Amino acid sequence: MSAICEVPGGNIAVAETPMLRWVLAYADDALILGHRLSEWCSRAPSMEEDMALANLGLDLLGQARFLYSHAATLENAAQPALERSEDDYAYRRDAPQFRNALLVEQPNGDFAATMVRHMLYASFADLYWRASLAVSDPAIAAFAARSEKEIAYHERHAADWVIRLGDGTAESRRRAQSALDGLLAFADELFETEADQLPLMAAGAIIDPARLRDAYRHRIEQICARATLSLAWPRWHQSGGRQGRHGEHLGHLLAELQFLPRAYPGASW
Amino acid sequence: MVNETTAQETAWAIASALPDPEIPALTIAELGILRSVELMEGVITVSITPTYSGCPATEMIKGDIETALRDAGFSAVAVRLIHSPAWTTDTLSAATLEKLRAEGIAPPHRGQAPHCPLCGSSAVEQIAAFGSTPCKSLWRCITCREPFDHFKCH
Ligand SMILES: [Zn+2]
Repeated sequence: MSAICEVPGGNIAVAETPMLRWVLAYADDALILGHRLSEWCSRAPSMEEDMALANLGLDLLGQARFLYSHAATLENAAQPALERSEDDYAYRRDAPQFRNALLVEQPNGDFAATMVRHMLYASFADLYWRASLAVSDPAIAAFAARSEKEIAYHERHAADWVIRLGDGTAESRRRAQSALDGLLAFADELFETEADQLPLMAAGAIIDPARLRDAYRHRIEQICARATLSLAWPRWHQSGGRQGRHGEHLGHLLAELQFLPRAYPGASW
Repeated sequence: MVNETTAQETAWAIASALPDPEIPALTIAELGILRSVELMEGVITVSITPTYSGCPATEMIKGDIETALRDAGFSAVAVRLIHSPAWTTDTLSAATLEKLRAEGIAPPHRGQAPHCPLCGSSAVEQIAAFGSTPCKSLWRCITCREPFDHFKCH
């Protein structure tokens, strides 16, 4: 392997194996959505909801930390001199190096948009981590067990709100419908599979998300029916996040998330 | 020459007596957070498991263990996180559940709504799914009108 030149505090150059790309994709989903939820802190519609959103964000941050630590273990095993830590992945990559699905970087919008976005993510993540109980690495399987329990709460919370808003006042319904119409095209990216990950899936190391799409659509359809929202799956979907092609929103988010460690490399407290 | 078994037992006694930062009435051993204490190549190695992914108390517990063991004279201490098997409320003992209840926190019972920890009533309603800490939700008793925390099933 050629020597990688990294500037202290600058971007890291991740040697992306198919496994590492998988870890980073799911870690980045959790980190970016967790950060979005943290933006609600002190601005939620009620005190209870403020605490709920902060707790949801903390769960996701904790899940991201586990996965980034796992990425560090993988990279350090291949190249111990790198001395990677979880923070390197969160703070020392630029937008094109992030692998998150575009859904999670979408701005919070109003409360309805945040809840619809969370329903679209959590319904997927619940199915995905539950299926991942069967993966071959016991550490990943145990992580999936914990994450699934947490995300099941997320899904219930988001679905309750989507139902309440959709089947609520004319204004809450208009906002929920508008959020759903705007975000639905981002859902299918969650089910994309990368060709070079197929051997890992065949070996039982990771789960192919594509096989969960029917169950996912069924769940979303059930929630939307209870919310009396009209749902039409788009024929095309937004794509590119898993390959590092992001919208303009991610750069702004990272500017806030990464400012301190970029300005003061190696800062700790 | 330190007796290894004694050192390990002493370290376990110290670590297992540490209170949980968020529910100080219970120890980290009672909550199933403390997994093992071993003497490995001269280092007292304490294994803990995180409860919720986002529980900020995990870092604090790690620090508490290191401080307590160093104060007791153990110079080489390592605390590591163990993820498998995942933490669950299913392993909490009956005595621990009763301690929670006595603290005013309705203990977890899988598949069941909590009972009021103050008056025992089953007429209760949830106020918020996310309470004062990640592991708790906030409820209210309809019979005695008191609000209470519920330790969620996990
Ligand atoms: Zn009562």
